[in-house]
Amino acid sequence: MSKVRVLVGTRKGAFILSSDASRKRWQIEGPHFAGWEVYHVKGSPADPDRIFAAPSTGWHGQVMQRSDDGGKTWEVVGNQFGYDGTPGKHTWYDGSPHPYEFKRVWHVEPDLTDPETAYAGVFRTDDAGKSWRPANRGLRSNYIPDPDAEVGHCVHRIALHPSRPNTLFMQKHWDVMRTDDGGETWREISGNLPSDFGFVIDVHANEPETVYVIPIQSDTLHYVAEGKLRVYRSRTGGNEWEAMTKGLPQENCYVNVLRDALAVDALDPCGVYFGTSGGQVYASANAGDTWDAIAPNLPAVLSVEVQTLP
Amino acid sequence: MIRVVLPANLRTLAGVGSVVELDVTAPVTQRSVLDALETRYPALRGTIRDAETKKRRPMIRFFACEEDWSDVSLDDPLPAEVVSGKEPFLVIGAIAGG
Repeated sequence: MSKVRVLVGTRKGAFILSSDASRKRWQIEGPHFAGWEVYHVKGSPADPDRIFAAPSTGWHGQVMQRSDDGGKTWEVVGNQFGYDGTPGKHTWYDGSPHPYEFKRVWHVEPDLTDPETAYAGVFRTDDAGKSWRPANRGLRSNYIPDPDAEVGHCVHRIALHPSRPNTLFMQKHWDVMRTDDGGETWREISGNLPSDFGFVIDVHANEPETVYVIPIQSDTLHYVAEGKLRVYRSRTGGNEWEAMTKGLPQENCYVNVLRDALAVDALDPCGVYFGTSGGQVYASANAGDTWDAIAPNLPAVLSVEVQTLP
Repeated sequence: MIRVVLPANLRTLAGVGSVVELDVTAPVTQRSVLDALETRYPALRGTIRDAETKKRRPMIRFFACEEDWSDVSLDDPLPAEVVSGKEPFLVIGAIAGG
């Protein structure tokens, strides 16, 4: 019988939630890396027992951790990040030029087919984390001073369905967008959302035109729109959105959901999971129709990823 | 043996208790102690001082015998009490950010 493993990064460590395909009862393990801010934890599609994590702290900087046994044990792997040559400058808040500097790894993306390869933020490793190099050329945004800058684009999250590699959905700093030509052209699909600001976006595992977002009030008010925790689902690839709220608080709710904190599993019906700044992890075993808090009292959640195991 | 006290997050990272003991070849200085610490516990590289420049990380300070050694030359000999193991060398994280 299939199993589901939910990987949760929080402000004070990482947690692993496990269940069978019913997704009714959950076992919670952790905290791993207790006390460390864990911005992302993600497993390799090529080897589900190989999991990368990105713990960091303001005191001690960034380390990368890797597990080869599904999260039971971990080891520190390469933690030296640097730019080739002298990094360029971008415009700082006071208008002065400010050199780019490495701060932390926000996101780890294991390669689809090679368990030794992963991409972290703007860096890539080809030796299972021993060393990292920049790999982010080609980004372009016409509204920043240098349209061809390697970094600085305000894209919050991109999602796609594996069956349609040229169709990408984007939640950016305002606007939900879509491309059907691999990013050559984009169009807005915000439609009837109560707010088109947000962080998360993801695609139903079995329905490539079904998309999920969680609207956030605004760029200065990072909590859910109108005090209601609502997952919005579109079954038409955008523009027409319905609010999925059963089991979610609909008043006096002021949590945020960060960009890597929503994920789907590969079961049928598709499971959807997200974590909040209030420390709750919610799950739906029916594509968003109803929700349960499967871990209600964790530290503030920074990321949620899901592995579907045979 | 030189005793080194580590902050909580680094004990978690290295999987050690609050005090670690190191064999440090003379002269016993902040540099040689930190070199020995990172050799013994490679996971700590870059977490106390920058991995490349070896400069102390901004929110970390060093203490010995109730004195702040953070701005003392890394190559000055540490106090005899630290060298003998009677007193520890302390790596302290700033009390900031909660």
